[in-house]
Amino acid sequence: MRNPLSALFSWGYFVAIYSFIFLPIAVLVLFSFQDGRLPIPPFNGVTFKWYAEVFADSRLMSALGNSLTVAALSSVIACVLGFCAAYGLARYRLPGTAFQRILLTAPMTVSYLIIALGLLVVFNWTGIRLSLWTVGIGHVVINLPLCFAIIYASMGDHQKNIERAARDLGANSFQVMVLITAPMLMPSILAAFFLSVTFSWDEFIISFLLSRFDVTLPVEIWSLLRSGLNPKTNAIGSLVFLISIVSLIVLELFIFRGRGKYDG
Amino acid sequence: MTANVTLQKITKTFADFTALNEVSLDIEAGEFIVLLGPSGCGKSTLLSIIGGFLAPTSGKVLIGGEDMSSVPPSIRPTTTMFQDYALFPHMTLRDNVSFGLRMRKMGRAERGKKADEFLDMVGLKASASRKPHELSGGQRQRVALVRALAVNPDLLLLDEPLGALDMKLRRQMQDELKTIQREIGTTFIHVTHDQEEAMAIADRIVVMNDGVIEGCGKPADIYMYPQSIFTAGFMGEVNFIPGKIVAEQDKRFQVETVFGPMHLSLNSFTAGTPNVGDETTLCIRPEQLRPISDNTERVTLCRAQVVDGAFVGTHFRCHLKPENAPELMLIAHMPQSTQLKAGGTIDVLVNPADIIALPSKALGS
Repeated sequence: MRNPLSALFSWGYFVAIYSFIFLPIAVLVLFSFQDGRLPIPPFNGVTFKWYAEVFADSRLMSALGNSLTVAALSSVIACVLGFCAAYGLARYRLPGTAFQRILLTAPMTVSYLIIALGLLVVFNWTGIRLSLWTVGIGHVVINLPLCFAIIYASMGDHQKNIERAARDLGANSFQVMVLITAPMLMPSILAAFFLSVTFSWDEFIISFLLSRFDVTLPVEIWSLLRSGLNPKTNAIGSLVFLISIVSLIVLELFIFRGRGKYDG
Repeated sequence: MTANVTLQKITKTFADFTALNEVSLDIEAGEFIVLLGPSGCGKSTLLSIIGGFLAPTSGKVLIGGEDMSSVPPSIRPTTTMFQDYALFPHMTLRDNVSFGLRMRKMGRAERGKKADEFLDMVGLKASASRKPHELSGGQRQRVALVRALAVNPDLLLLDEPLGALDMKLRRQMQDELKTIQREIGTTFIHVTHDQEEAMAIADRIVVMNDGVIEGCGKPADIYMYPQSIFTAGFMGEVNFIPGKIVAEQDKRFQVETVFGPMHLSLNSFTAGTPNVGDETTLCIRPEQLRPISDNTERVTLCRAQVVDGAFVGTHFRCHLKPENAPELMLIAHMPQSTQLKAGGTIDVLVNPADIIALPSKALGS
């Protein structure tokens, strides 16, 4: 029994909430095809020339390459470190387990600006020059707590017995970790990896403060924006959005859907 | 391969709790041993110690005569079949079964062939490329068994492996375990709390309670000639009748009970020769109580009122209220042909040679 009025209201609400979230992105994508100089209404017609310009812009393209490299490498490092920390804390009796857990996840509560400033001071003090490497280090710092939390949450006692069986059959500790534990936790390790990639991919503050000559894409877009609105910025924004969406779909299709398969 | 096992005074304490108290046991090569006891009796702890997953507080485990104290589980000549199977979920059955061989550096083709042979042994060769989650409980069980056997252990430890299966499948797996064990001759140590399972598969049953061994012997011996009140009660239903030894003549003992005097031979006293004046507890299995005398050796135990009777196929299981001791409710398994009527009275007979008399002080513990 549904009141037509309440049905109307819930549909209205549905449309309103998703418009609120996605309208700005839709507008951004729409005006990336603007046949004109300004990405504002009225919409004059469709052209791909801004995309052509984006792909012809060597600075933008190298920034895109930098972003992908930093995102992939820093995420791999964050996942490896996060997995090792989770494995250690879940499987061995260590002093102050609870305290170490808090220590590992605490950076999640600190603003990126503070982390960036702290790292900047440290790098200056130790004489490490700013580069894509320092940006990567910054991204490991922000993504490690996330990777640790996701992987640690998926380690249960059920896997403990499986690890015990592997040891019983002759595997040493390293073999157990690499051949049994890591593959068993692969869904959550991949989830941590892809989330970490998307966070690193559109992170701005740390990349801005810790980079110098080579920059990541968000920083390059920011410098483009300083010279005013331009459909080209819409085009690069749409591309960034497309890459995020693709990695989200990959995550959904291959990881979250595959979950639960190993249970029972 | 196979090996004998010797447990020497194994003690294990956790903080202020003693899980095992000086447990000693000799197991022959090729024996099928069942550790039987209620949960918390220490049987699983003992199995973990034999497998090397726990270190004993004191005592030694010898396998094939060698001290295992400093040998980690990965090098011990033992493998374990776990209660929750513990199969590797991300590997095919073939990779699961060949994992131990892989750890022993056997080549891929050779270990794959070996794994297929073992899977064939339990009828799963056709599923070798499947993953564990595609199998039923009984099939996973079989994979866990052959995975543990594939590395040719001297000793297989089975930690309540049939606990999660339904009754029919459990009976079937018991038969399979027994057959496979006979075929390969490996020493098996199997932990369970199900005394029927223990009797069905064991060469020898070790009954444990509160961290000590209460009794040890062949299934028939441990059922018919228990050496402690705990064992008598744990191995199946039993009637306990308190009594006191009042006289001895030519190795025959007169025991005074509520049903009058009973004359028992020394064979009834499985826990050792008693002294006149000792309190004793007579143990009579329900199936040893009979309604009518078809054998001159039986004597009347008492006249009793039938409280109720249930036909359970092989016998009537009934509760009887003795006339001269109504508080001592007896359980009897009467033959299928018996005419039983609730409220009626019958004379209950017993063969004194079937009675076991044990020291009383342990009663109720």
